[in-house]
Amino acid sequence: MADTNQTAPSLYEAREPIFPRRVSGKFRNLKWWLMAVMLGIYYITPWLRWDRGPELPDQAVLLDLAGRRFFFFFIEIWPHEFYFVAGLLVMAGLGLFLFTSALGRVWCGYACPQTVWTDLFILVERWIEGDRNARLRLHRQKKWDVRKLRLRVTKWLVWFLIALATGGAWIFYFTDAPTLAVDLVTGQAHPVAYTTMLVLTGTTFAFGGFAREQICIYACPWPRIQAAMMDEDTLTVGYRDWRGEPRGKHRKGPGAEALGDCIDCHACVNVCPMGIDIRDGQQLACITCALCIDACDDVMEKIGKPRGLIDYLALSDETRERAGAQPRAVWKHVFRPRVILYTALWSLVGVGLVFALLLRPDVEMTVAPVRNPTFVVLSDGSIRNTYDVRLRNKHGEDRPYALAVEDNANLVITLEGEDDLVVDVPANETYLQRVYVTAPGGTPEAQAERTEFVLRLEDTTTGHVAEKETVFNGRDN
Amino acid sequence: MSDNNEKRDDLDYETTGHSWDGIEEYNKPLPKWWLMIFYACIVWGIGYTIAYPAWPGVKTATAGLLGWSTRANVEQDIQNHEASLAPINERLASVELTAIADDPELNTYAQNAGAAVFRTWCAQCHGSGAAGATGYPNLLDDDWLWGGTMEDIHYTVSHGIRNEQDADARYSEMPAFGRDELLSREEIAQVANFVMTLSGETPPSPDLVEAGAEVFDFNCSSCHGEDGTGDRFQGAPNLTDAIWLYGGDYDTIHETVFNARFGVMPPMGGADLNEAEIRAVATYVHGLGGGEASEE
Repeated sequence: MADTNQTAPSLYEAREPIFPRRVSGKFRNLKWWLMAVMLGIYYITPWLRWDRGPELPDQAVLLDLAGRRFFFFFIEIWPHEFYFVAGLLVMAGLGLFLFTSALGRVWCGYACPQTVWTDLFILVERWIEGDRNARLRLHRQKKWDVRKLRLRVTKWLVWFLIALATGGAWIFYFTDAPTLAVDLVTGQAHPVAYTTMLVLTGTTFAFGGFAREQICIYACPWPRIQAAMMDEDTLTVGYRDWRGEPRGKHRKGPGAEALGDCIDCHACVNVCPMGIDIRDGQQLACITCALCIDACDDVMEKIGKPRGLIDYLALSDETRERAGAQPRAVWKHVFRPRVILYTALWSLVGVGLVFALLLRPDVEMTVAPVRNPTFVVLSDGSIRNTYDVRLRNKHGEDRPYALAVEDNANLVITLEGEDDLVVDVPANETYLQRVYVTAPGGTPEAQAERTEFVLRLEDTTTGHVAEKETVFNGRDN
Repeated sequence: MSDNNEKRDDLDYETTGHSWDGIEEYNKPLPKWWLMIFYACIVWGIGYTIAYPAWPGVKTATAGLLGWSTRANVEQDIQNHEASLAPINERLASVELTAIADDPELNTYAQNAGAAVFRTWCAQCHGSGAAGATGYPNLLDDDWLWGGTMEDIHYTVSHGIRNEQDADARYSEMPAFGRDELLSREEIAQVANFVMTLSGETPPSPDLVEAGAEVFDFNCSSCHGEDGTGDRFQGAPNLTDAIWLYGGDYDTIHETVFNARFGVMPPMGGADLNEAEIRAVATYVHGLGGGEASEE
């Protein structure tokens, strides 16, 4: 077969532009709704307000990196509580496993930002340049006349504005949105804000307008990874070739019996945003957006054949249907051990996080005994230990916290810089307080190597208590 | 399997044209933009090595057209940082010493800056934890040779102790009672035994204590006080407490009386530390647990 005289084929190929045709149907409607909801969430969220008192920002969702706080409505995450974020990421991962094993690449087809924004960009393209055929004609027209120039520039401009809004919305999550918006317009925002916005505007414009399916096919690792989570019961978009083949032009009368239901109208190919033919079978480039289902159902209805020539179906249905049996019910595909396991794990992490959130202590302290030196002899012969105590005040106002040693009369506690045992911890701060614990010379605590004791912290306003076990190092140390 | 193969032929894949022993390679072309990015990276890489320090020579590397240097960046960063601290340093250097503790912002800054100064300039003798060593005072306890108020500590840090560089250094000198033959060996043994009793220790020869008290009264009390509680004005240690700079056992006390001690601390003011740094480290030391309140 290898003919040495034949010119070698190119190892590289230019992108083949794709002009998806407009389609309507139940999946298309679902995708419109999802797009509206998801874009709405993305653009509107930073502008939602949430009153947290005068000391704290009033932005409902704010990732305050400089202040090291995450705000999410009534939830406030401090750096030491980052496990909440880790937990959410674990849930996101498990959620993706769950959905992929049950419904295949449903993330890719419906919720991935690349898909959603590309969908939006294609919508703009269609509004400005017309549907598939008009766009194809415009593409093939070599001459850049006024009309082509006008259409192209308008399209790019609208794309750019969408991209700008996308990149702009992103940075609003990281600082007070109304302030930043004013700063952005007046040119007073931080260069990092402008740079971030510019980079995200550029990537949105290029990925949504030009790269599109190339991102899914060549840049994204998910298509490869997700294949590992699918099995023969996973519901995914497929073509019933046992019903459709042999395909042929729609006709009535003689010869019609020999043909399958597929009339080879290419409706499924024309609407595909990935530019593939689903009749070739499930393939890497298919993001299971289900638009071909809508397109085919439409055609089947017109020619009076049953819907579902292209449909959500599982691999295991193929053998069953070829044998003339009915496909299994959807719930039988979905409820299988692996899906139940993912659901259970996902819920477990979720419930755990909710409990951790509800049981989060109001008052917190960490106690670090100073070990350099382990103890100090005072002039009256008593032994003193020093502790670096960090007191955390998560409230919006300054709080007096009282410290005490629990159940040990020999250990006398004093605070650096304070006359009494109460320290005022500023609002929303972790306050470092040096704490001294002294044992008079003759006491067993002063003589022993180490004595364990409990340091007790009380929020005098609410009466909430935190306790920490620590050690007292004596002379024998 | 065979079914699969047939399907592939239907798809009409091209081959690369390469054939080895009849084994051919399907051609799944890479996108052109990917190739373009590859070339762009090469161009970028060449430009980068021209713009930035890159090509190694015998002694140094090419400097790059942009003149970029990490060393210069760090210097600039340090300068910027110091400039940003100038206002608070100025405030720290000019307020009343006792007012530092009352200003939370100033106090926090002084504590942290002081800790850094301490680790750089003081830790060599006083230890990183400020616990001192034999002959080098422990700064954590409540015993001070020259005083433990902010003013006292500030003066000690500024001028040092018994040094020759600073005319205002704290100065006092204990006579070497044995070496200079001011006291006989017998008298030294007596007074050493007596001194041990001042802090409640049991001396090795209790019968000498009474005579030692008399020796103490004549020779030591002028500086250490009649009751042995010392005199901060002269840096004379309190002999009645549990804290010993050089050691409280008989041999060490005997050595101290015989040869005397002459602990020296360099002045940190002037060339080494500026006023803000001195105040910062004084605040830090004062806050280590032994700081005393200033007299009104």
